[in-house]
Parts: sequence; structure tokens; C-alpha cells
Amino acid sequence: MTEQKHILSILVDNQPGVLSRIAGLFSGRGYNIESLSVAETIDPLVSRITMVTMADTPVVEQIMKQLHKLINVIKVYELTGSSYVQREMALIKVQARPERRAEILRIVDIFRCKVVDVGQGHYTLEVTGDEGKMDAILNLLKPIGIKEIAKTGIIALFREPK
Amino acid sequence: MKLTGAQILMEVLKEEGVDTIFGFPGGVVIDIYDELAKTDIRHILVRHEQGAVHAADGYARASGRVGVCLVTSGPGATNTVTGIATAYMDSIPIVIFTGQVPTQLIGNDAFQEVDIVGITRPCTKHNYLVKRTEDLARIVKEAFIIAGSGRPGPVLIDLPKDVSNTKIIYKAPKKIELKAYNPTYNPNMKQLHRAVKLIKNAKKPIIFAGGGVVLSKGSKELTELAHKTRTPVTCSLMGLGVFPGTDPLWLGMIGMHGTYRANMCSGECDLIVAVGVRFDDRVTGKTDTFAPNAKIVHIDIDPTSIRKNIPVAVPIVGDCKITLGLLNRLLDKEDLGDLKTKRKKWLDQIDQWKSTKPLAYKQEDIIKPQYVIEKLYELTKGSAIITTEVGQNQMWAAQYYHFKKPNHFITSGGLGCMGFGLPAAIGAQLACPDKLVVDIAGDGSIQMNIQEMATAEQYNLPVKIVILNNQYLGMVRQWQELFYDKRYSGTGMEHAPDFVKLAEAYGALGLRATKPEEVEPVLRKGLSSPKTVIMDFVVEREECVYPMVPAGAPITEMLLA
Ligand SMILES: Cc1ncc(C[n+]2csc(CCOP(=O)(O)OP(=O)(O)O)c2C)c(N)n1
Ligand SMILES: [Mg+2]
Repeated sequence: MTEQKHILSILVDNQPGVLSRIAGLFSGRGYNIESLSVAETIDPLVSRITMVTMADTPVVEQIMKQLHKLINVIKVYELTGSSYVQREMALIKVQARPERRAEILRIVDIFRCKVVDVGQGHYTLEVTGDEGKMDAILNLLKPIGIKEIAKTGIIALFREPK
Repeated sequence: MKLTGAQILMEVLKEEGVDTIFGFPGGVVIDIYDELAKTDIRHILVRHEQGAVHAADGYARASGRVGVCLVTSGPGATNTVTGIATAYMDSIPIVIFTGQVPTQLIGNDAFQEVDIVGITRPCTKHNYLVKRTEDLARIVKEAFIIAGSGRPGPVLIDLPKDVSNTKIIYKAPKKIELKAYNPTYNPNMKQLHRAVKLIKNAKKPIIFAGGGVVLSKGSKELTELAHKTRTPVTCSLMGLGVFPGTDPLWLGMIGMHGTYRANMCSGECDLIVAVGVRFDDRVTGKTDTFAPNAKIVHIDIDPTSIRKNIPVAVPIVGDCKITLGLLNRLLDKEDLGDLKTKRKKWLDQIDQWKSTKPLAYKQEDIIKPQYVIEKLYELTKGSAIITTEVGQNQMWAAQYYHFKKPNHFITSGGLGCMGFGLPAAIGAQLACPDKLVVDIAGDGSIQMNIQEMATAEQYNLPVKIVILNNQYLGMVRQWQELFYDKRYSGTGMEHAPDFVKLAEAYGALGLRATKPEEVEPVLRKGLSSPKTVIMDFVVEREECVYPMVPAGAPITEMLLA
């Protein structure tokens, strides 16, 4: 059985300790978490956790059942395999020596990102996109010199039928 | 009406029909103890908080109701953890109340503060920290619902001192709604029809039942299914008693110390109807060689139990009792043919396994532990409530006491927790005052919660303790004998107390048998006494439990006596 990336969308009670229950479930049972993002939904009593995990099919089935078993988990969806939109945001601090600035700005333009902070020797870029776009821009910026990076982890929602 | 948190707690406990609380007081729960004394709820003062949880657990297992305990913060709370983990592994409904430092001190490393909600998160079905007195009644009600429904389990409620002593205007909570919690009781009928088809076509079926059948009170339906389809039945350790141990279709227990025929059946059968089990490694042995010829129908209320360890042909999520009942009704409509002839070959094969490789031992000069259990079975006509400690004593109890009914075998299966038997017996005796309750113990395990002798004495509980005294941590010694060239590292237990004198010191009756001919008289005298009794049987020191499947080996490859 081969491991694959699975995006899970988990609606939970917006209460202290809930994230720890979920993190504890993953660490206690040896499941892995690639990324995790949590925030309140439109209903302040409910939070959405978007989680990316690497697992084979029986394991992801078990993960979903185990999540469901937690009293504070309201719903668990697997997005992978159906139609969904996904985004991730990153703040990327790149080295911006004078001779590379034009190149960086060109990349910013192509990837439709923003420069949100400028300093003596750096630009901080805000990038939003799916995984493919994230990988692509990082590959281009790496040779220029990335000083620091902060990523949100993937967030995702099902597409509605057209 | 203005009530304190402690008073509200009493109101809710009464509404929940709680009649007994096992507990041990301390600073932050004095307010609760103060109110408790004003109610009719009986408080059983244990001698260690671990004992309180095991006793509540024994009470729950014997009665089928939710057990309750109450302890203080800090060390009181941490002392409950082993008991909670024991109940969690065996899906036993209990509610544990722990005191906590006042809310404004939480997080400050206050005196006797410990994050018990954090500590017990992985070993409770759910747990709560109550932050406002206003939430208390609702949370307690939720806790009882969660503990007792679906796949049951322990629920812990942490009660800061100020939550208990703040006065509020109390309104009883309206209907409790748990929006995300609704266990599936009724099975999917399509899957049931598929199961019927497999059962109809099977040539060599077995039924494999576990603790889920006890918890759902589905023993009658299970027995009906077995008889209706003439299918032999085996049980996991946790299931013993759901099918009569005297029935001709009984195979004995399956697993590491299962009977030869039960384990061989798993290798040969073409269908396993598994009910309320979770295919623990002590049952399956090496999983990829387990039941190679069988299709498996798996009925369980917990979806995570299904396909966790073993591939399953027909998964059925539902309450065991309800599901078995429906299955029986569907089978009523089927023509199953002449089962006598249809099953003859299969049952003959099983009989042959049984007669060539029975459970056996030879009683010679020194008392054999198996002989003690057999005599106990005879003298109690198989109707006592048996609790056990852990180790060889537990396995011999499972093998040689042929349970007739559910809720009569109370043992720590999942956690294998030494020290469980005595406090559990106390709980069971309180739940069933008219029953004979016997703790089958090892000389090692009994010392782990021996302090509860005082509890038994204080409340005049006539529990009987049968110590199979081999002066060893016998089960570990057995592994060392078989797999470590008899290097008995750390397993000698020569320095035990004189259990007869110890019994007397607690005010109980102490008896000892050192020769085979003394076994029956000691049992007779001990069992008929109205007192708490310790019976110390000095047994063959190096007896082993057989059959034995070495850990990780296929279940059909057994070491035999
Ligand atoms: C709390 C705890 N500690 C350690 C063990 C490991 N263990 C399993 S069986 C056993 C030996 C028990 O000895 P005894 O109670 O004398 O029973 P016997 O096997 O001799 O019948 C031990 C140490 C355990 N199950 N529980
Ligand atoms: Mg021993």
C-alpha cells in the first residue's frame, strides 16, 4: 500500500483543548501531520481544521474514524479525490541585493504576489496559491537566497456543483 | 433556588440514580464531601485512589451501570490514572470526579495542582474541566450519557474548588444535546443481508464474541444465533460468559492462552462471525496468518474497531444486541437445511481436537493451581462472580472456570493491570450484595492493592480472595522459562507477607492449604464464611499456562503441556 497526501477538513467545537485532542490522537497513534491550519468559522462555536496527512488508504480510513470518535469533532471530510479548491499563503523573506531586485520583482509580477516589506537587503513577499504555485516560486527564489519563510498550511473547501 | 456547585452536583447525581460513590477526600473536595454526607448516596472510602477507580469499574461491570468515583486534586487525581486506563481499554462506563485548585490559580503551579485533563486525555472517552458553576449540571449530565452509551468508557470531570462552592441560581438543564455525538445502534440492513448469505453458505463457521456482547447485554441473542445455526462459539477473554461454558457448541477461549480447538478452528474455519471484539494481538497472534481461509463478518458499535487490525468481508456498525436480534429474525426466514448433517463433519473435527488436546494438568504431590480453580468451580457451581488479578492466575481462571453468564467474569483484559482484582471485587460485591464474589489472585498482584482489605473490612464485604501462591511473578517467569533459558531475573517473590496473618491483621479470616487434600476443605470453609477471607494456596512454583502461542507467532502454532 502506498502513502499518499490526503487533505482532511475537520469541523470541531471551538473550545480550548480540542486541538490538543486531535494532535494527541495523531501522535499517540503514530499518524503524521504535514500541515495544519485552524480558525473559527462563520459560526463562532465551530472551528475548521484543515489538515494534510500522508497515509495509505486503510490508515486514512482509520484516521477519519478515529477523528469522528472524538466528542468535539462535528464532521470530517476528505477533500482529496473530489473537486476542491485549495490555497496556502506564505511570507517569504528573500535577499534582495541591488543587482537581483529587478529579477525578484519580475517573479513577483509573474506569480501575482505582493511585496509587503522592503528593507536594506531584503524583500518580504506575500504569496498565495496552491501547492504547485508555492513549489514553483520557491524553486525560483531559492537561488536568489531565502532568509526566512512562514507558511499557513493548506486551507481548502469543496467546490460547489456548477 | 440558590445552590452551590457541590449542591448542584448532588442534585444531578441523584437524578442519574447514583447510589454509590467510591472516593478519597482532600482539600479541594471538602465542599463536595460536606454535601455528600447529607444525601443517601453511599460513600465507600477506599485506601488508595487507584482502588476507587477499580472498585467503580468492578461495580460497573457487575451491575451494567455507570460507576462513580470522587477524589481530590494533584496526587489524588494522578493516582486514578491507572484505574482510568484500565477502564478505558475495556470500555467500562465510569465517571471520575477530580477536585482541582480554584480557577484563578490554575496554571500557577498551585499546591496540589496537576493538569489531570491533559494527563487523562488519551485514556478517557472524554473529559472536562468545569470553569463555571453554571455549566456544571449540563457537563455532569453529558458525562453520564457519554460514559454509558455507544462504546462505553470512562469520563473525567475536573472540578475547581470555586466551581464547587460558588452559589448560583440553579435551573435544572433542559434536554441535553450532543450535536456531534450519536453512536450508530441500528445496523445497515444491506450488510446484514450479506451476512445472512455468508452464514447460510458457510461449511465451517465459528462465532467469535467479545466484551461488546457483555456491554450491549446481547448474550441471549448470541446464544440464539449459535443454536439456530449450529455454530460453535469462542470468546475473547473479555467475552467469557456471554455463551454458556457448558454448552456442547462451546469452544473455550481463543488466543495466546486459548484452547487448542478454538485456535485450530480459527485456522480452519471458512467464516467468522465476530461480535463485539477488536481483534487484539493477544487474540490474532501474527495478523497476516490469522484465519487464512475465513471470510469475516464483523459486528461492532465502534467503527474504529472494524478493519483496524484484520481485513473484513462484511463490516456491520451497530449495537451487538440489536444487530444480533435482527440477524436472528432474518435467519428465521431462511431455510438453513438440515444443520445436523451439514455441520457433522465440522463438529466432529472439533470434537477430535478437543479429545486429543484438551486442557490438562496432573495433580500430584504439590497443589496445582488449575486444580484449585476446578475445585472452586465445582463448589460454587460456576455461578460466582469472579474477578482476577493479572498473570497466570488470570489465565487459569479463564480456562478452568466455566462461566455460565455474562457480567460474572471481571478481569483487566486490555491493560492487564495487576492490582485490579481486589478493588474490583469490592465494587462487584457492593453492586451484587447477595452474590458470592471471588478474586482469583496471584501472590504478586494481590500486593499491589492489598490496602483495600481495610475497605472490605470497613464495609463488611465478604469478598473471598483465592491466592495462587507460586512465590513468583509467574507469568513473567513463564516467559523467562520458555524464551530466556530460565533466567529468572526479577521475578522471584519469596519475600511475601504471611497472607494468613495479614488477613488476620486486617480483621479478616486467613486460611492456608499446602497439600492437595487441603484444597477442598479450605475452599469450603472460606467460601461459607460470612467474613472477608484470604485463602492462600501454596501451589507448584513452576507450573506454566498451556496452550501458549509465543508472541507474534501464528495463533495455530501452540506450545502444549
Ligand atoms: C501493574 C503491572 N505491572 C507489571 C505487569 C507485568 N506482569 C504481567 S503478569 C505479571 C506477574 C504477576 O504475578 P502474580 O500476581 O504472582 O501472578 P502469577 O502470574 O504468578 O499467577 C507481571 C509482573 C502488569 N501486568 N501489571
Ligand atoms: Mg505469582
